[in-house]
Amino acid sequence: MLEIKNLHVKLEEENKQILKGVDLTVEPGKVHAIMGPNGSGKSTLSYVLAGRGGYEVTEGSVTLDGVDLLDMEPEARAAAGLFLAFQYPVEIPGVGNMTFLRTAVNAQRKARGEEEISAADFLKLVRERAKALKIDADMLKRPVNVGFSGGEKKRNEILQMAMLEPKMCILDETDSGLDVDAMKLVADGVNALRSEGRGFLVITHYQRLLDHIKPDVVHIMAAGRIIKTGGPELALEVETNGYADILNEVA
Amino acid sequence: MALAEPKLDATEARLAGLTLPEGGCLAPARTEALARLRAMGLPQRRDEYWKFTRPDTLIQPGAIPAPVFANDEGPVFDAIDRLRIVFVDGVFDPAASDDLRLEGVEIDRIADICGRDIHWARDIYGVLEARGQTPVPRPLAALNTAYAGDGLAIRVTGKPARPISLIYIHKSETSDALLHHVIRVEPGAEATILENGPAAARFNKVTEIDIADGGTLHHVRAQGRDHQRRAATHMFTRLGTESVYKSFTLTVNGVMTRNEQVVELTGDDAVAHVAGACVGDGDFHHDDTVFITHGALNCESRQVFKKVLRNGAVGVFQGKILVKPGAQKTDGYQISQALLLDGDSQFLAKPELEIYADDVACSHGSTSGAIDEDGLFYLRSRGVPEQEATDLLTLAFLAEALDEIEDKTLSEDLLARLTGWLSRRR
Ligand SMILES: Nc1ncnc2c1ncn2[C@@H]1O[C@H](COP(=O)(O)OP(=O)(O)O)[C@@H](O)[C@H]1O
Ligand SMILES: [Mg+2]
Repeated sequence: MLEIKNLHVKLEEENKQILKGVDLTVEPGKVHAIMGPNGSGKSTLSYVLAGRGGYEVTEGSVTLDGVDLLDMEPEARAAAGLFLAFQYPVEIPGVGNMTFLRTAVNAQRKARGEEEISAADFLKLVRERAKALKIDADMLKRPVNVGFSGGEKKRNEILQMAMLEPKMCILDETDSGLDVDAMKLVADGVNALRSEGRGFLVITHYQRLLDHIKPDVVHIMAAGRIIKTGGPELALEVETNGYADILNEVA
Repeated sequence: MALAEPKLDATEARLAGLTLPEGGCLAPARTEALARLRAMGLPQRRDEYWKFTRPDTLIQPGAIPAPVFANDEGPVFDAIDRLRIVFVDGVFDPAASDDLRLEGVEIDRIADICGRDIHWARDIYGVLEARGQTPVPRPLAALNTAYAGDGLAIRVTGKPARPISLIYIHKSETSDALLHHVIRVEPGAEATILENGPAAARFNKVTEIDIADGGTLHHVRAQGRDHQRRAATHMFTRLGTESVYKSFTLTVNGVMTRNEQVVELTGDDAVAHVAGACVGDGDFHHDDTVFITHGALNCESRQVFKKVLRNGAVGVFQGKILVKPGAQKTDGYQISQALLLDGDSQFLAKPELEIYADDVACSHGSTSGAIDEDGLFYLRSRGVPEQEATDLLTLAFLAEALDEIEDKTLSEDLLARLTGWLSRRR
């Protein structure tokens, strides 16, 4: 589904190489996790996949179901089924959360040549999905992420994902800043979306999220490369021994 | 002091093309205004108060022709139940207007007020304008007092059930209109005045507003969208004890606009809010000039101005809060913000505070910046196309100014239209 080949990325403004040859393939229905020390390039990878500016791809390719992603605008990638839950969700003063959700859902439908969702159907769907994430009416009315706590922002990301029903979901440290209960809510939200046709790339610093979202494959990223790939046991190894052993082993 | 020659020449050149209306009871006011004008002269490029806005096209003898905008939708406020009063190129059109009788308000044409023995409007016409000439001269307003041929005298005696809606239609490509309204809000009375439309190729409008103790006036205006229209407007407002004045202006398009608000808080515990939002694209110059004088105890003033500028549009804000000696417990607030959608557009701001009392809380701020890139990317990453995302963020920026309108049916009407206008571009 998502195929990343030999991806090299540098900053547009400076001569700083951040990703130095990333290879990764996520198959439909699978959950891949990326773990790695801070600064290894995990967020950069997620941003490049989503189409954020400021980066330059110097080598390599990314395709989603065989279609070249790197040539597409961010909105086209979203319409093609890519979703990124941000490590730091953005606050948008003056734009109501509900308006934002409806605009996004309808924009994607329009891009795919589908009909807009009716106001009534939309409302019903949002209420139902928000409830599962313990997002109340007030949070839906307030401007996007403005004044939300860390946990509320992360749950709001998962609500967006649930509403947009993307086929390829990337979660960038969705667990950071969450207490145990909030993490469980988020994990349940993700698990509810797991299906045969959907791929997940779960970026996390800690193994604890992976207790709730069971990965099929775990990758360790360091200094802009995937340095080791394995099964769920790799995450446990990181949990007990830290990254040092693996880094040494590879070096 | 004699005027410098270029100023004198420019002033006389403009006056040569005008005739004083048959005076009647307003004749003395007109003659005095003309004398005031001759003493100060029309504004020139080098005048300090016109540093950011070129007055040339506003003072030259005739109007530069402006094509009438092909409007493909119903006018602003169309869905609002209101008393409609129509002016075409600056002339009252009784056939197109509603019957002017409405409970709680008396409305006359200024041309008709002299038929009565002593009309209240004679105590205001030119008087508030004259008060507003110090410390800063406003010659275009004096010109208006002298030569305005039409306008209304509106006396609010109760609480009229519907807003009074002044509709300014632009028909002739060369119309050069001068309108002068006087409004008196009696003690405890309350009304809403709406204004919309381009009015003329060139529009010079003065409104003098006297709000008595405990009176309230709401004013919401949407200036016309004709690209080439020009407007210089003045609102002189005097507030009595515990009175309230809230004014909002939306400007989309128009090659040249200068809106001056001169507010004097003369009674204790009075409240004055002036706000505005504008959207300019390309050949667009929009100037908000505000002067608020606190002359009494415990008054509140608030200025909120937002400008969206693109393709080389220019926005100007000159806002001053003057707190007179003894005007203790003054609460003065002022914010002006510009959203520059490209590097060609410009925002020029001159916020000023002048305070002669010690127990006051005054603050002012001015910002200008580009669209928030992080917000834009966030929206796009959710599938919202760049243009639509930009519009959404732009609207959110403007919405904070529209929020200043107390009547939500009015602010929502304007917001809904703005959404359409933004997405359609020019
Ligand atoms: N816009 C940027 N400007 C400067 N440095 C950046 C920028 N984006 C990323 N980096 C650098 O690239 C490296 C990888 O960062 P990031 O992708 O955020 O890592 P991770 O998410 O794994 O912690 C870090 O050294 C970071 O400082
Ligand atoms: Mg990161």
